Amino acid sequence: MSGSVSFRLGGSGKHRGPALSDGRVARCILIGIAVSFLVFFVGAPLIVVFVSAISRGMPAYFDALRDPMTLSAIRLTLFTAGVAVPLNLVFGLAAAWSISKYDFWGKGILTTLIDLPFSVSPVVSGLVYVLLFGRTGWFGPALERMGVKIIYAVPGIVLATIFVTFPIIVREVLAVMQAQGSDEEHAALTLGASGWQIFRRITLPKIKWGVMYGVILCNARAMGEFGAVSVVSGHIRGETNTLPLHIEILHGEYNTQAAFAVASLLALLALVTLGLKHWVEWSAQRQSAPRIEPMVDERRAPPTVQGAS
Amino acid sequence: MTVKVERLTKRFGTSGEVVGVENVSFTAPAQRITSLLGPSGSGKSTLLRIIAGLEFADDGRVLINGEDITPVPVQKRQIGFVFQNYALFGHMTVFDNIAFGLSTRGKAKSTITDRVCQLLELIQLGSYAKRLPDQLSGGQRQRVALARALATGPKVLLLDEPFGALDTRVRVELREWLHRLHEETHVTTLLVTHDQEEALELSEHVVLLRDGEVVQAGCPQELYRNPANGFVASFLGGAKVFRGSVQQGRAEFAQNSLSAPVKEQDGSIVEAFVRPHDVGLEKVTAESSETATAVIARLVPVGGTVKVILKLPDGDSLTVQLLYHEAQSKGFAAGDRVTLDLRDAIVSPPLDYVI
Repeated sequence: MSGSVSFRLGGSGKHRGPALSDGRVARCILIGIAVSFLVFFVGAPLIVVFVSAISRGMPAYFDALRDPMTLSAIRLTLFTAGVAVPLNLVFGLAAAWSISKYDFWGKGILTTLIDLPFSVSPVVSGLVYVLLFGRTGWFGPALERMGVKIIYAVPGIVLATIFVTFPIIVREVLAVMQAQGSDEEHAALTLGASGWQIFRRITLPKIKWGVMYGVILCNARAMGEFGAVSVVSGHIRGETNTLPLHIEILHGEYNTQAAFAVASLLALLALVTLGLKHWVEWSAQRQSAPRIEPMVDERRAPPTVQGAS
Repeated sequence: MTVKVERLTKRFGTSGEVVGVENVSFTAPAQRITSLLGPSGSGKSTLLRIIAGLEFADDGRVLINGEDITPVPVQKRQIGFVFQNYALFGHMTVFDNIAFGLSTRGKAKSTITDRVCQLLELIQLGSYAKRLPDQLSGGQRQRVALARALATGPKVLLLDEPFGALDTRVRVELREWLHRLHEETHVTTLLVTHDQEEALELSEHVVLLRDGEVVQAGCPQELYRNPANGFVASFLGGAKVFRGSVQQGRAEFAQNSLSAPVKEQDGSIVEAFVRPHDVGLEKVTAESSETATAVIARLVPVGGTVKVILKLPDGDSLTVQLLYHEAQSKGFAAGDRVTLDLRDAIVSPPLDYVI
């Protein structure tokens, strides 16, 4: 770029990163703490999962996964996430939209309540559903008369999962919406666009990475949820066992290898989630950055400062 | 398309304690540019947003061409709105931005293409059609925003501080460009600005607002020459206000004697609005018989003019603007004692105002 000025802080070039470069010792200690913490608490368990899973060889590993009870748990987990994530997506978009675009009575309370599932123990969430829909609960007897079974059945598991995971998408989408403001939506309004047109053509493209991110995290949590689901499930093998519950049962029966084999599925899911999350962040960043070099005012190119090297 | 605003009132806050605009009425003549001028917090943007339909008034109504549009939603008002921060659609190209209003109205593709190309020509950005907004400079973005607002052929064009975020040079150029554009299109335009120069230069009608109320409305020269009060005088042209009294039919200010308004009695208080370039300065030398009325504290050359900062006997200061050549030929220097000639001061009875 013509007319650019580059300069160097400190002159000698000895310090690569200027201002914040503390002494070498401090740097080594800090990095050491961070890395060893990660290795000990995250890396090692992850390796243990996979090593234990194949400790009796690959055939045993696949046998554990092919077990009918495991397959049923996989199906239930997929089903639960398949219901919970889309519902939370709809709720998340609606809630984020109304909180960021409208002023209404009780907005503050709503915003606070959204965080409730994050702040309460999942076991308590599960118990609440038992109290509401259980046999002796508020709606239990009425539901029983109608022949609807919620607690110790699939609907309860889905409800508990939705409850535990609903803040995730709202939080992500709301943050993106609030950061971007409503100016473009207002501009679209003055240009005659209807509410739906604005959502589809202006808002959605702006928030799509936030939505994706929320969906990925929500899905991971929905598939991995243990506490709340455990309370409402009843642990009926082949019927109300999700993957985490199934692992717990296998572990309780001292069938460690099978437990870890199934656990490896969840661990894989976690790795895939991280990969997707990374990809979404990378895509969002790439899209927000201009593809061609940004034009400076054509008549006057101000001297640019290329950061200290 | 005349825009008429009648008794508009808008309050903010939970119990309406913050006044946005209060009982505002004015008329913006058809095919002209009308400026809504005022300091920040004067309610001018709120007013514009109410006219656009982006904000709803608590009371009063808005008429376009005699038709009450108060209940009409913003999408149906057929207005073009330009935001201070452009509010271009970041994920759309320049072309798609300009085409947006036409495509929401379901216009045929060929019609849209023709119209957008025509507008790109008008804003002189023909070769930028495929760029994204962040690949444009501020001035270019604002031109795209204008084209986008004009694309649907609005009845009224509303500009909310359109040049506020641009640097001075680009601002002056765009102002000139907007003037030419208006000559071609003749769309009734309302321009919100806090820049008196912008208002005086661009508009044929000015509505001056303060604290949500109209202070004075009229053509720029009228506001400039006959300010309704000290606020108008100081806001337009940066007048300094002197307070003095009437003595034998003459108003006395800073040891200057000016002809007072006829009806004022001796001893009554009057005010004089003195604009920086309406003051004559003469150097007082040892030989001259006149007595000095001020001392030059500082000289600040600003391009072709010089700002002379004077210290008055009562300790007050007054800034006078002289042409560079005049200041040089008279040989002014800091410390010189001078006499003031307040020949063009506007003298009027005192009015209630706070600056």
